[in-house]
Amino acid sequence: MGMAAADLQFHVLAVDDSLIDRKLIESLFRSSSCQVTTVDSGSKALEFLGLQEEHDDQNHPNQPCVSPSNQQEVEVNLIITDYCMPGMTGYDLLKKIKESSSLRNIPVVIMSSENVPSRITRCLEEGAEEFFLKPVRLSDVNKLKSHMMKTKCKNNKQQQPEIIVTQEKQESIDIAHVVLPEG
Amino acid sequence: MEVGQLQRSFVEYMASLFREGFLDAQFSQLQQLQDDSNPDFVVEVVSLFFEDSERLLNDLTMALDQPNVDFKQVDAHVHQLKGSSSSVGAQRVKNCCIPFRNCCEEQNTEACLRCLQQIKQEYLLAKNKLQTLFDLEQQIVAAGGAIPMVQYSNDYGLSL
Repeated sequence: MGMAAADLQFHVLAVDDSLIDRKLIESLFRSSSCQVTTVDSGSKALEFLGLQEEHDDQNHPNQPCVSPSNQQEVEVNLIITDYCMPGMTGYDLLKKIKESSSLRNIPVVIMSSENVPSRITRCLEEGAEEFFLKPVRLSDVNKLKSHMMKTKCKNNKQQQPEIIVTQEKQESIDIAHVVLPEG
Repeated sequence: MEVGQLQRSFVEYMASLFREGFLDAQFSQLQQLQDDSNPDFVVEVVSLFFEDSERLLNDLTMALDQPNVDFKQVDAHVHQLKGSSSSVGAQRVKNCCIPFRNCCEEQNTEACLRCLQQIKQEYLLAKNKLQTLFDLEQQIVAAGGAIPMVQYSNDYGLSL
């Protein structure tokens, strides 16, 4: 599989315990020309990413691309996870990823069916790039392309996170854009 | 019936489902995701929804039939049902879940049972409507026609 085109394609890891939502997310990203892997739990996500249960604090140099310690050639450009999952929540998964020297540069997006401001803040403070309210839509997915570019770029510069929370009501669509101030 | 007639029936039916609140904008999203590389997407997702919902409704019936009702468990099932109905755009089913969760919080078995009854009715209605819609689609395709795109618009004004 040495096609040059594959280098340009983003690979998304989607984590959700709901089969319907996994199917939906897969379809959303595929229609945006992304390769998608879906798993149904946080622990399976960590397994896929090659992260062992014990704390990964080995001295791996800061690499924008993923080369997990057990040498599966897995490059993941984005992780999108549901918040409410049995066992390991999306927040727990986010923490584990950000604590890992080999994985912490992968952008993580959290999805939730519930609009709980303290939950959103907590996730963003822990390093999530975006927080989407479910159901996630094509317009949400399109916003993620720039985040995924970061892990494709060899010189990984720190970018200002942009948080967009969208909420659709019955009669109208309210879109609230929250952009963090510089620094 | 000729294709044009079938297509018009389809559009009217689709419009009525949006107007009457059976389906919301999320269903339009599903339709937009269906294409040549993913030709049966809507039917597949909705079929998963049917299976999932029927399982959850059974689980809810059993959970509320216990001498000591585990309201956390009941709430968990309702949460799942709310999620999946929201994901497919089954608006009226989704809306039934909200008062249901309140009744769980209040630990009121009788109220929960009424909510369950309500949700079962809404689910059966939604299932019936969707199956009618899919039948119409099949008829159009069998008659050699294309399925019209009916776009949901957030002020219930519909456009083609």
